[in-house]
Amino acid sequence: MSADPTPSPATAPDEATLPGSPAQPRFSVGGLVRHRLFWPLVALVVLLVASVLKSPQFLQVTVLDGHLFGGPVDILRRSAVLLLVALGMTLVIATRGIDLSVGAVMAIAGAVALTQIATSPSPGSVTTVTTAILTALAVCLLVGVFNGFMVSVVGIQPIVATLVIMTAGRGIAMLITGGQITTVTSAPYKTLASGFWLGLPVAALIAAFFFAVTAAVTRRTALGVLIESVGINPTASRLAGVRARTIIWTVYVVCALFAGIAGILQSSNIMAADSNNAGLFIELDAILAVVIGGTSLAGGKFSLTGTLVGVLVITTLTLSITILGIPVSAVSLFKALVVIAVCLLQSPVVRRKMRARRRAQSAVPVEVAA
Amino acid sequence: MATQQIVEIEPEAGSRSGALTTRWQLDRRYLPVLGTLVVLVLMLVIGGSRYDNFLSGRVMANLLINNGFLIVLAVGMTFVILTGGIDLSVGAVVALSTCLSAWMFTRGWSAAVAIPASILVGTLIGYLVGLMVHVFEIQPFIATLAAMFLARGLCYLVAPESIPITDPTVVALSQTRWGSADGLVITPSGVIALVVVAVAFVLLHYTRFGRTVYAIGGNEQSARLMGLPVARTKVLVYVISGTCAGLGGFLFAVFSRSGYSLTGVGMELDAIAAVVIGGTLLTGGSGFVLGSVLGVAVLGLIQTIITFEGTLSSWWTKIVIGALLLVFVVLQRLLVVRRRSR
Repeated sequence: MSADPTPSPATAPDEATLPGSPAQPRFSVGGLVRHRLFWPLVALVVLLVASVLKSPQFLQVTVLDGHLFGGPVDILRRSAVLLLVALGMTLVIATRGIDLSVGAVMAIAGAVALTQIATSPSPGSVTTVTTAILTALAVCLLVGVFNGFMVSVVGIQPIVATLVIMTAGRGIAMLITGGQITTVTSAPYKTLASGFWLGLPVAALIAAFFFAVTAAVTRRTALGVLIESVGINPTASRLAGVRARTIIWTVYVVCALFAGIAGILQSSNIMAADSNNAGLFIELDAILAVVIGGTSLAGGKFSLTGTLVGVLVITTLTLSITILGIPVSAVSLFKALVVIAVCLLQSPVVRRKMRARRRAQSAVPVEVAA
Repeated sequence: MATQQIVEIEPEAGSRSGALTTRWQLDRRYLPVLGTLVVLVLMLVIGGSRYDNFLSGRVMANLLINNGFLIVLAVGMTFVILTGGIDLSVGAVVALSTCLSAWMFTRGWSAAVAIPASILVGTLIGYLVGLMVHVFEIQPFIATLAAMFLARGLCYLVAPESIPITDPTVVALSQTRWGSADGLVITPSGVIALVVVAVAFVLLHYTRFGRTVYAIGGNEQSARLMGLPVARTKVLVYVISGTCAGLGGFLFAVFSRSGYSLTGVGMELDAIAAVVIGGTLLTGGSGFVLGSVLGVAVLGLIQTIITFEGTLSSWWTKIVIGALLLVFVVLQRLLVVRRRSR
């Protein structure tokens, strides 16, 4: 049996490092087009322009009851859940992994939190809500520890290891809620998704806070580089003294925690824990956002900004479709077209062709990738 | 089924364990499949001892009737996973295929056109996926994800609402039962599923194409250096998986006699779970079609046992499948580690 035991992907590793090359501050049209976020941003702008053409007041932001209202605010508020999930997913994918369990973790988080609030004598008190959220996050932490253990210690492929929770997780969530859709009325809990603070939606602020923390921790410390090195070559980084096992374990825990927060936001949005539908297929949207953002599924270089753009593209796409009067059921068709278009433009073949054309134009080879 | 595989000598190039191990020791590659078989037998024994009529022909016949389409999907998925890929689009393709045939029947098209068309739409999507994976080097996960969204979106265009199928051919197919009176019957769908399994078995183990599939999963680089037609084979496995999904969709249309755009949500996961429980490594290169069939049987039996138990809630199905996946995945991992240390 010649099966390679190390989790080496089918694609050649040198391809993997290409899309994630650091942004070069080159002020030329070629450099702009070459930037890995160029096509996703074009998609975003096209979607916004199309929406504005159809409904001119789309981009207007008005102040109502001291809160900001309007299309952009709506996009931010709706992006919160997906952004949280995609943040964790970016880190996991950077280590050459994948986490399919995020949707199920969201369902578990919502189920734990709401069951606790529903059974408590004072569902409206802040203490109850805080305890419920902390309990839910503790459960998610456990799930993350389990996922991380399976991947980093037992050495099971990430896609299979997380498939276990993906399959069993919704069952566990239904076990917690007793197969019911648990609903509660709790003002503090409702604030999480529907409230406003300083005129901005709380959900978006929570997501922005965690985005900033993740960006600071990965980019202002060596952690980001360590994660990338583990993703590029786990064995080499271990030999170089990087604690690959700890890092891989950590990213799965972080991913599950973020998914848990997303699950709480989501359940707070509808004030119900629907174990069957909470976060259904969100893992696919999150992976999509990460890929659109230019992070390769083969691991290595990752871009949190790219993920943010990817999330905004997907959310705007969903919102624009309703504005353009296309039936909501056709969302997945448009999603498919966007995915195919962005993936084709980012694919190694097209990039190679574009690079070859550039080489032909300029005598000096432009080597962007390190 | 397992004895058939054990008798077969060295179905895979480069395996030396068969020659080196003593006679009473089995080839390690069969261990995961044997594990599945043991679980299956255990479930049958437990079910048989707990409930009356569990080991009846009717229950076993229903197992095949209710899971025929899943068997076909798992067979197609096995090909893809053996090459180290994955196909997330099968559930959506099943829905598209049922919707398309239902839509054609409402337009008054004959079954001779509608049935092949509903299968070929799967072939077409599989071909597109294969091109994306091969020509544009998009990872299978993303390419099949795109295909999944595409197929699901097309479903809504074809059939926004559930369409009943009243075509006489389909009705006849769904009502025909062959077999004895005591319940041990087989439906045309069951026959089709078994034929698909047989064809896939021959294709994987007795043809050059099958060898290439295993070789690509073992090491794509080596396969290419050996001069094997890697490109053609990689496209072909997605075509096979797509065709199987299309056929599965037709079987599902016969089973449910309606086309609905939300059918088969999450069915790709059932198929993947069946393949993994059946002992195929998701890294590719190792596994058997018959193992996947056993995997489907295990999944179906879990459902049956939970139905027989009566008091158990449906969500236990998911938890048990997850736990089984866990056991099998860890078992496989242990086997790989032991093989490496030898």
